[in-house]
Amino acid sequence: MTSHQTRNRICYAVFSLLIIVAGYTIENPYYIQVLTFIGINTLLALGLNMLMGYAGQISLGHAAFYGIGAYGTAILTVHYNLSPWMALPAAIASAMIVAYIVGIPTLKLSGYYLGMGTLGFGMIVNILFREWSSVTGGASGFIGIPTLELGPISFSSGRNYFYLVWGFVLTSFIVCQRIIDSRIGRALRAIHDGEKAASAVGVDTRKLKLQVFILSAAFSALAGFLYAHLIFFISPGTFSFIASIRMVTMVVIGGMASIWGSLLGASLLTLLPEWLHAFSEFEMVVYGLILMIVMIFLPRGLTRGLLDIYERAVKKNDR
Amino acid sequence: MQEILQYLFSGITNGAIYAVIAIGFSMLYNSTELINFAHGEFVMLGSLCMVTFFGSMHLPLVPAIILTITCVALAGLVFERLAIRSVKHPEPIVLIIITVGASIFLRGIGMIIWGKDAYSIPSFSSHPPLDIAGAKLLSQSIWIIAIFLVAAVGLQLFYKKTLTGKAMEANAISKRAAWIVGIPSKLMVMMAFGLSTAMGGLAGVIIAPITMSSYDMGTMLGLKGFCAAMLGGLGSLWGALIGGFLLGILEALGVGFVSSGLKDATAFLLLLFILYVRPGGIISSADVNRF
Repeated sequence: MTSHQTRNRICYAVFSLLIIVAGYTIENPYYIQVLTFIGINTLLALGLNMLMGYAGQISLGHAAFYGIGAYGTAILTVHYNLSPWMALPAAIASAMIVAYIVGIPTLKLSGYYLGMGTLGFGMIVNILFREWSSVTGGASGFIGIPTLELGPISFSSGRNYFYLVWGFVLTSFIVCQRIIDSRIGRALRAIHDGEKAASAVGVDTRKLKLQVFILSAAFSALAGFLYAHLIFFISPGTFSFIASIRMVTMVVIGGMASIWGSLLGASLLTLLPEWLHAFSEFEMVVYGLILMIVMIFLPRGLTRGLLDIYERAVKKNDR
Repeated sequence: MQEILQYLFSGITNGAIYAVIAIGFSMLYNSTELINFAHGEFVMLGSLCMVTFFGSMHLPLVPAIILTITCVALAGLVFERLAIRSVKHPEPIVLIIITVGASIFLRGIGMIIWGKDAYSIPSFSSHPPLDIAGAKLLSQSIWIIAIFLVAAVGLQLFYKKTLTGKAMEANAISKRAAWIVGIPSKLMVMMAFGLSTAMGGLAGVIIAPITMSSYDMGTMLGLKGFCAAMLGGLGSLWGALIGGFLLGILEALGVGFVSSGLKDATAFLLLLFILYVRPGGIISSADVNRF
């Protein structure tokens, strides 16, 4: 256990060092922007990974919470002139409350039915964003979201925002790692492996599933908040069914039940479209093909899949 | 009264389309326990093939329909062979992402072949609309309902009366048991795929004259057909029919009496409602109602 902990500490130290070095050395604003997006997507993937990878509950509607975070802060800061730092807890809290209310009936379902329930919820929230135009700006979107400021520091520049986002990512990684290594984390994995067995040994599966659902909603809302104040403009398309699917894909391609897998998956799915611009009109075809091929040949995600290949190669060499 | 009747007509028309899509979903789920998120994209392919064969190449109606359905079913078979059968450990989440990947892929193909434009084709026949108690029933609606009836009765006869159909049904109930009595399970799964995508193509064919067809029309249609299948009870033919019509009619009434913004929400509100209240669908004793 202690060696595991030391290894984790070293990992996080290296990770934070990398973030600081990257922030100092990278000059190109485009790269900084892409890295910031990777950070936001990592938060999304991490939250969903807690739910899907660890607790084994699928959600095809998580973009709804992402959207609630973004629209929450947009509405509070623009319509009610609240400071963004006041809007942040309010946005996260509203996502958590929605998750609580929706979670109670939805999490009773399992398998495909759970997927469908969350899908329906996500679609309804998205339609709300689009149709409730007096509050959300409707299909044309919500403009004029203010920049973040903390005393003298303005987060309008790329570098500061980069540090802000990755600071949140690092904190969330540590929080999730602590949860996973705790008693709750073990209980979650027990639910993943067998819900009935878990409840037979005394895990309150219903309560725990609800809690992890709420937690993952909170991470998504945080990502939504960061997205809104980075772009200053949000529209319903960003939080559509496709976005939910993209989140699921990040988790699965990166690797379920792996914190670093979330980072890998988020990086890949953020970078892939950037690379694929070169294919112009073949972009979608190539993107779809990559998704299918990865899932056919590495169904356990890239982290696990590449490790497997490596281990097999080592074994072969030994022989 | 006249208004309600008009809404009802448009509801039944849409309902028939949803029902055809839902049948495709249900059929596939029954034999493979797979939910094909690319199903809507096969509807899109059907619709756009119809635009090409009937709209631009001016083939006669029946050959155009047959050609379209054949093309879509072939695409479905290729998809099954290459993407689905290659999966070694078919877990739901892996299959969901593969079919989502396929849907993006097919949408990309649609965009390359047909571009980003939206097309429309003329109605299958140019009869004037029927006037029933002041409400108008378009000739295309009659076509849609007629084709739907032919398809539904045909499928029912296929499953109940032919040996192949019975073998498919047996395979859907238990692959192992079917295998023991000598039914080639792989072939049956392939046929289910072909039939399911053919139904998707058929939905595309009948919807083409009443909507604008474009490469991105599939997702929403697929999701709604899916809601219809869930509503009736996933895996049951009658469930898909009931679910489709219920969804079509409620949607039309919702648009007419509440707000047009509600149109797309109806399907998903119904989906949530049925999941919370009766997850098995309206028809929920699974044994009795398998096709």
